[in-house]
Amino acid sequence: MSVLEVRELSIALPSGSDRREAASRVSFTVDRGEIVCLVGESGSGKSVIAQGVMGLLPKGLPVTGGAILLEGEDITHATRRRLRELRCTRMSMVFQEPMTALNPVMSCGDQLDEVLREHTRLSPAERRRKILDIVREVRLPDPERMVASYPHQLSGGQRQRIMIAMALVLEPALLIADEPTTALDVTTQAQILKLIQDLQARHGTGVLFITHDFGVVAEIAHRVAVLRLGELVEFGARDEVLKRPRHDYTRMLIGSVPTLKPHARAADGAAPVVLATRGLAKTYRDRNWFAQRREVHAATDVTLEVRKGQTLGIVGESGSGKSTVARCIVRLIDPSGGAILLGGVDIAAMPPGRLRPLRRRVQIVFQDPYRSLNPRRTVLEAIIEGPRNYGLARGAAVARARNLMGLVRMDPDSLSRYPHQFSGGQRQRICIARALAMEPELLIADEAVSALDVSVQAQVLELLEDIRNRLNLAMLFITHDLRVAAQVCDHVAVMSQGRVVEYGPAAQIFGAPRHEYTRALFEAAPGRDFAFGAA
Amino acid sequence: MQTPDPKQYEALSIEASAVRRQQGVWQRVRRNWSVRIAGAMLSVLVAVALAAPWLGTVDPTLFDPGSRDLVPGKTGEITTLNGETVTHTFRMGSDSLGRDIYSRVIYGTRVSLLVGVLCALFALALGIVCGLASGYLRWLDGILMRFMDGLMAIPAILIAIALVAMWRGSLATVIVAIAIPEIPRVTRLVRSLVLSIREEPYVEAAISLGTPTWKILFGHILPNCIAPLVVQGTFICAFSILVEAILSFLGVGLPPDIPTWGNVMAEGRQQFNDYPHNIFFPGVFLAVTVLAVNILGDGLRDTLDPKMAKRV
Repeated sequence: MSVLEVRELSIALPSGSDRREAASRVSFTVDRGEIVCLVGESGSGKSVIAQGVMGLLPKGLPVTGGAILLEGEDITHATRRRLRELRCTRMSMVFQEPMTALNPVMSCGDQLDEVLREHTRLSPAERRRKILDIVREVRLPDPERMVASYPHQLSGGQRQRIMIAMALVLEPALLIADEPTTALDVTTQAQILKLIQDLQARHGTGVLFITHDFGVVAEIAHRVAVLRLGELVEFGARDEVLKRPRHDYTRMLIGSVPTLKPHARAADGAAPVVLATRGLAKTYRDRNWFAQRREVHAATDVTLEVRKGQTLGIVGESGSGKSTVARCIVRLIDPSGGAILLGGVDIAAMPPGRLRPLRRRVQIVFQDPYRSLNPRRTVLEAIIEGPRNYGLARGAAVARARNLMGLVRMDPDSLSRYPHQFSGGQRQRICIARALAMEPELLIADEAVSALDVSVQAQVLELLEDIRNRLNLAMLFITHDLRVAAQVCDHVAVMSQGRVVEYGPAAQIFGAPRHEYTRALFEAAPGRDFAFGAA
Repeated sequence: MQTPDPKQYEALSIEASAVRRQQGVWQRVRRNWSVRIAGAMLSVLVAVALAAPWLGTVDPTLFDPGSRDLVPGKTGEITTLNGETVTHTFRMGSDSLGRDIYSRVIYGTRVSLLVGVLCALFALALGIVCGLASGYLRWLDGILMRFMDGLMAIPAILIAIALVAMWRGSLATVIVAIAIPEIPRVTRLVRSLVLSIREEPYVEAAISLGTPTWKILFGHILPNCIAPLVVQGTFICAFSILVEAILSFLGVGLPPDIPTWGNVMAEGRQQFNDYPHNIFFPGVFLAVTVLAVNILGDGLRDTLDPKMAKRV
């Protein structure tokens, strides 16, 4: 008997949505000791299905058909009381964002204790013993201290371990993990994935693992269910689905995942240097009259070069200082040391008045497409703002905007629309058009594709590549994703704790990484042994 | 430039279909029942204020010693400015000087609405300027906000009494007196909004596009503060109408011959036991107006505030 059987499950969406159902007749099973990955892009309904199983669906999304069977028991329309009994004891859930899933004013031990108090009749001493056991089992160092700490005192990975401990403390038959590693760095992600695999194997738990990342699927799945706009398009064994996808959509998704093999393009070593940094540093100082002064070195001694027509990638985990470097180069923040040479002129300490004419030569595209465009301005206004600032006549600016819309492959007639009428990928295209309207020499992409679905990401990457070639632009590409870096970069700088630890041609860094941190990053890349990308 | 490949449009249309159609803000506002009801009430009040001379009123400053302390509905005589005596029905009675309360209350609507709207605009205008400056120009922040803290420490009534004592009681004095204590509140609101909006990537993008600071402030930041400011404005408006009535009632507002609800109530205060209508009718108008403006504010907050709008 399967741990979980979802049979022809349909969940309705509120009227006025873009489609009628969040999930349409979805069927799959999770067996004992098995990890089933539910994979799909945003809006595919994967989280809604998980919520449906847990009985956590909001009122606006009712189950309209089908059945959910947990160990043979139909829980589709179970009472709240029955669901409460089942949660944590027979089925548990781990969420994406461990900071918000944990109560910030309760210590981790108390939160674990709450689960045991609600569901068992153990004595306080037995509960305490059980808590320390499970904390040890999720491999948290110094369990006594961990149990006494509050969530904000732990790192993201440690918090997620506490969440997993909480989910598994009563040994449920089913664990639902909803993007549990998406908010984590890649090295932490690798550890958490390993942990989930180990625990699941040891306890024979059935795991429903929700993810958008095919690397993660390749790493841990036994079977894979692919969702598209609420419909299950493919369900089968991992190797079957990943290597011989039957459905076009699955094929397209897998083809969109960038490979870890760097592209083979010879970089011209004699191309002129557009931008160089020499010993660039940014230190944040805590200015407090009473407390001790604290210094945070966000970036230290960063020396880089970007050449015309080439892409330099800065790769690193969160907090490595890669965005700090980008923001210093655009002078959104003032560097505290070193030089930024733009065509030979040092702009690191240039006063705003003299800097202004140089600003148009460096443009930036940000990570979050939903916040990068002023919601109250039309696309046209956004694109012509820069050229108008530098004195281009309105007519000429509008003509340029129409041209650029074509260049980023969008309909020029949609210039009069507002940002909310576009999807994330389209907005990112608009942001690229806005940056290009300034005719820059250097385009900085600060995690510009990280927030996008994999198929959209592939399109935008292709667009950036195309634009760089056509306009012979220099590009600084900042990313945490090694796969993306491998696809677009000619040179790569790996940053860790504010320093560049390795810097060289992409082929060399991906082929024979020298620094141990770089090697650790590669080790951690999920699904690294799997050949993705268009065959 | 190369023409785009139509196939690629197609790839994008899949993406576009995933975008949830968003309702226009004004559509949402118009559908809100609080806004509809309050809007209807306020429209009636504005119409009454505008049409005051044609609603069977007489000049609200006219009095006739023969028609003092009439109960509502009684007919009496009243002397017009050119000395004629006409018969007039006192719908809401008359006060101790023989003035027509109905005319005074109807004309008072003009004063109250004017005070409410002008106070809100005045406080918003100055508060926006101070808030933008304080939130965006960090060096100014400390000085400006300490000054605002000082301003907040002075009670509105005290400022009003001081200003009326310095100048004479006039509409402008009353508006300034009521609006000044509201400025720090608006400043704080705008400052907090600016502090979060200035970190938005679209503001950073504007900086890198070389947009001058004043354009960023008024073109990017201010338009995104509008929704909470509109809501705040309605609450200032309601509060100002109340404070104006209080000031007039205390005798530190507009001169007693100008018909305001507060003045009518102040006039009727001593005879409240015998002739409660002197206070009852202006009181009802005051309550209805403040209620309508507050309901409007609540409705606007529900529809305009993005945090509320995100709720399913």
